[in-house]
Amino acid sequence: MIRVVLPFHLRALAQVAGEVPLEVPTPVTVRTALDALEARYPMLRGTIRDQVTKERRAFLRFFVGEEDWSLEPADKLLPEAVISGREPLVVIGAIAGG
Amino acid sequence: MSGVRVLVGTHKGAFILSSDGKREKWEVAGPLFAGWEIYHMKGSAVDPNRIYASQTSGWFGQILQRSDDGGKTWQQPGTPVGEAPATGGGPPKAASNKFVYDTSAETGKPLTTHQWYDGTQHPWEFKRVWHLEPSLRDAETVYAGVEDAALFKSTDGGQNWKELAGLRGHGTGPMWQPGAGGMCLHTVILDPGNEKRIWIAISAAGAFRTEDGGVTWKPINRGLRSEFIPDQDAEVGHCVHHVAMNPGRPGVMFMQKHWDVMRSDDAGDSWREVSGNLPTDFGFVIDVHAHEPETIYVVPIKSDSEHYVMEGKLRVYRSKSGGGEWEALTRGLPQKDCYVNVLRDAMAVDSLDECGIYFGTTGGQVYASSDAGETWNAIVRDLPAVLSVEVQTL
Repeated sequence: MIRVVLPFHLRALAQVAGEVPLEVPTPVTVRTALDALEARYPMLRGTIRDQVTKERRAFLRFFVGEEDWSLEPADKLLPEAVISGREPLVVIGAIAGG
Repeated sequence: MSGVRVLVGTHKGAFILSSDGKREKWEVAGPLFAGWEIYHMKGSAVDPNRIYASQTSGWFGQILQRSDDGGKTWQQPGTPVGEAPATGGGPPKAASNKFVYDTSAETGKPLTTHQWYDGTQHPWEFKRVWHLEPSLRDAETVYAGVEDAALFKSTDGGQNWKELAGLRGHGTGPMWQPGAGGMCLHTVILDPGNEKRIWIAISAAGAFRTEDGGVTWKPINRGLRSEFIPDQDAEVGHCVHHVAMNPGRPGVMFMQKHWDVMRSDDAGDSWREVSGNLPTDFGFVIDVHAHEPETIYVVPIKSDSEHYVMEGKLRVYRSKSGGGEWEALTRGLPQKDCYVNVLRDAMAVDSLDECGIYFGTTGGQVYASSDAGETWNAIVRDLPAVLSVEVQTL
């Protein structure tokens, strides 16, 4: 079971509070984690990554601990700390006015 | 007819303003979809409880919302609240926010380029839905005008969308260019008497019409002149801000262009200027009285460099002669220190016996007149900047 932290607007869209616990089949990567997230919460399709290309939306970033995973390959294995649930995978909206 | 429901899209959510037929006391519901840009909401003429909303964000992309109970509850079509999680990895049941340009060999057109601000060519990229136009015949059918300019159609209540690619693939695409707000298809007008005939308008390409339900399109810009394009009378490239038509008189069209208020009596085949005595003919909105098809309304804006009303006075201008001669309507509107704009989809009319006119401002006010513009009252004064206003006569 991994933990995913979503930004406010996506929590509202998915109607969840706090962190999202998620079963992700191995290998646990950003891609498989997002696949599982979108399967569990279909209303999030297209909001984190493009529906067709699966590319991360430009104003979102992925963090693991203090490490920025936004530009890491989507198929790269996430760290053990995320896979074990010790650390969450964090989706963050870029900070900008408005 | 028992009342009206005003659907207001703002920069930070949606609001629904309701009143009885007197339109004196209002209930304000919202914000819905708080914090999101709601570019447009519109109800179905077939089923007034069916309302579609375009919810967008520069961060999170496009969301399509639908209500089947007059705005009390909402869902992303095909993704009802509380639905059991998808399992098995199969294809999603619906993709209500999936707007993919149709490049298929059967019905599509190649994904080409359009003109960018600096004159270079730029690839077509979907950004958001600007306008939703429910069918006049079927509550499950709805059109979406999008940026970068294209027209999509759903026949399953917004669950799935298919581009009517003949428009984007008209062949003049490389000459289309974005206005300051983006290259948006912002106006969709359906012909009540002919379901195959649709008018659309794009900033900055111009107006187009189909007679075959969207398969083929014809630019209808003869008579438009635009100083910002090299050939001022070009077939395409004009920055049309909005087009309005009284549904009782299909084919008589009124247009607020970037500059110039225009009129066509032949379904758009030709246009003539009817700016007349307006103090400035720049503006965004235009609309037609529900029962008097020669009575039209605009809100003149100072200039394309100064997007606010002139002289600090918020004035709606009305012509009862289909343009040419205009009178300022000011009673109840601020006539001092007012510097708001009224965006292109932010004016609407109801169809009660005494026609009501509504508009929203970038200052967050929504004004209503229950006497065809003679007097105005603010329903609300302090919403986020208003992007769109539609009204349902219930």
